[in-house]
Amino acid sequence: MKISYYPGCTLKTNAKNFENSAIAVARKLGVELIELTRWNCCGTVFSLTDDDLIHNVAPIRNLIRVEEMNNNGLINNDKRLLTLCSMCYNTLKRANLRVKENPDDLEKINDLMYLEENYEGEVEVLHFLELLRDIGFEKVRENVKNPLKGLMIAPYYGCMLLRPKEVGIDDPEGPTIQEELYLELGAEIIDNPYKKVCCGSYQIIQDKYVVSNLAYDILTHAKDAGAEAISLSCPLCAYNLDSIQKEVKEKNPQFVEMPVFYFTQLMAVAFGLDTEVFGFDLNYVDPRPLLNDKNLLGRNNEE
Amino acid sequence: MKNKDESNRKLDAGKIMDRIAKASEQIVSGVKDEEVENWVTIYVMGRAYKVPADLTILTAIEYAGYKFLRGCGCRQGFCGACSTVYRKKGEYKLQTGMACQTRVEDGMFLVQIPFTPAEKASYDIGKLNYNVNSLFQYYPELARCVSCNTCTKACPQDLEVMDYVQAGIKGDFKELAEKSFDCIQCGLCAIRCPSELVQYNIAQLGRRLYGRYDSPEPEHLKKRLQEIQEGKFNEVMEKITQISIEEMEKLYTEREREEE
Repeated sequence: MKISYYPGCTLKTNAKNFENSAIAVARKLGVELIELTRWNCCGTVFSLTDDDLIHNVAPIRNLIRVEEMNNNGLINNDKRLLTLCSMCYNTLKRANLRVKENPDDLEKINDLMYLEENYEGEVEVLHFLELLRDIGFEKVRENVKNPLKGLMIAPYYGCMLLRPKEVGIDDPEGPTIQEELYLELGAEIIDNPYKKVCCGSYQIIQDKYVVSNLAYDILTHAKDAGAEAISLSCPLCAYNLDSIQKEVKEKNPQFVEMPVFYFTQLMAVAFGLDTEVFGFDLNYVDPRPLLNDKNLLGRNNEE
Repeated sequence: MKNKDESNRKLDAGKIMDRIAKASEQIVSGVKDEEVENWVTIYVMGRAYKVPADLTILTAIEYAGYKFLRGCGCRQGFCGACSTVYRKKGEYKLQTGMACQTRVEDGMFLVQIPFTPAEKASYDIGKLNYNVNSLFQYYPELARCVSCNTCTKACPQDLEVMDYVQAGIKGDFKELAEKSFDCIQCGLCAIRCPSELVQYNIAQLGRRLYGRYDSPEPEHLKKRLQEIQEGKFNEVMEKITQISIEEMEKLYTEREREEE
């Protein structure tokens, strides 16, 4: 199956490990991610101001590209757009929802983009976790060659996958989609109420200690509950929970660092894929010692 | 001594503009009115002039009696100096172009943009990191791009300006360099951008980073730079700046040329 894929800017720079591992595990599941031949920034955040239409131009322009992929025969009559980054997912999906519900807004945006074909509102924005659920987690299990036995994972959702509920991929108060996935990978799930707490998002630019305080709470609660690592799907959350551990440790010397995975990295390990798709050198806290402890690395199970 | 040099250079610049105006005299004033069949009316900064229909915006404004000190350069569509903004009668749209490459049309409202006072960062290319953060460090407004595509519409070179800006944001220096390669730095993208980016200077930094860190160093360039540093061309350079216009023209027409 071929599906249109929107990477987003961070997936091409700081989160290259997220993209590489996602493409590899998708291929294993028989899904080929076809990157949009032309795409721009998703818009980064969905604007909450009613009359701020200009910030919806960027996401809608990307949705037009999905129609182009279909018209050019790169994708065979499939108007779904797959995303990996939670932030891109949220922005694209909300802009899509807004123009579907407000034809006047769509008309204005189409009018501003008069050099493009009109957007007809037919694209469906999808997160990779949703696609996995649609394919069936049992299909994921069939591909597990290196079960993550004994690995204590705390799933972290943050905000963008769940809120507002109109675009959420799961129950905003009690999400389980990541838990279901990690169970099939053979990991142990550590539930904790901080999995839905905001990571601090772009406050990192204004004041990194707002974020490091939040990260300290999120990480220590997971750890106290028994987690050995966090797993998530957002490069910004990853930055705020992974790279920020330097600052967390500066302020709290007793703090012990904890690896933060993209869910696709865990899948790649469990699928026994080639180590080069893991991209662990881009993780700030190196997860390799933990995986070695569990005897999960160095076993290349790919036939 | 230095001041004197500078004032001489200023005088020379004035002379050069006179020479250029003289060289194109037959186009703008050698025309006999009775030989012109088709006339159009243009408005230069609001004032109406009747000009021959086959002129460019640049020569039409000169025909109308203006003399360019700025807002005019090579007259060949290469240098990017003659950025122009115009509107056609009855249309709301402001259009952009290079005055030397755009033909006048009846009812055009015209003005030349002599200079773009755009932000241009100063950096030591050898000390920068080869990643997207270097672009954001010097041009943080890059993140404000809303993908409205106004820059692309403004570009007289027909470049996909928005696409190269977006390539910059995603750290694809190769795409940025290739898509912006034909930029003549006229500044029209920056003047039209609602997010206040300076696209062409961002692209220049991107191309420099790509050239410095991602392209093999050309051997012949290294050799030539060394020759220049060692003063190989000092003497000819001195000579060429002293000769008369006639000698210069002779040198130019008889220069060594690669086969076409």
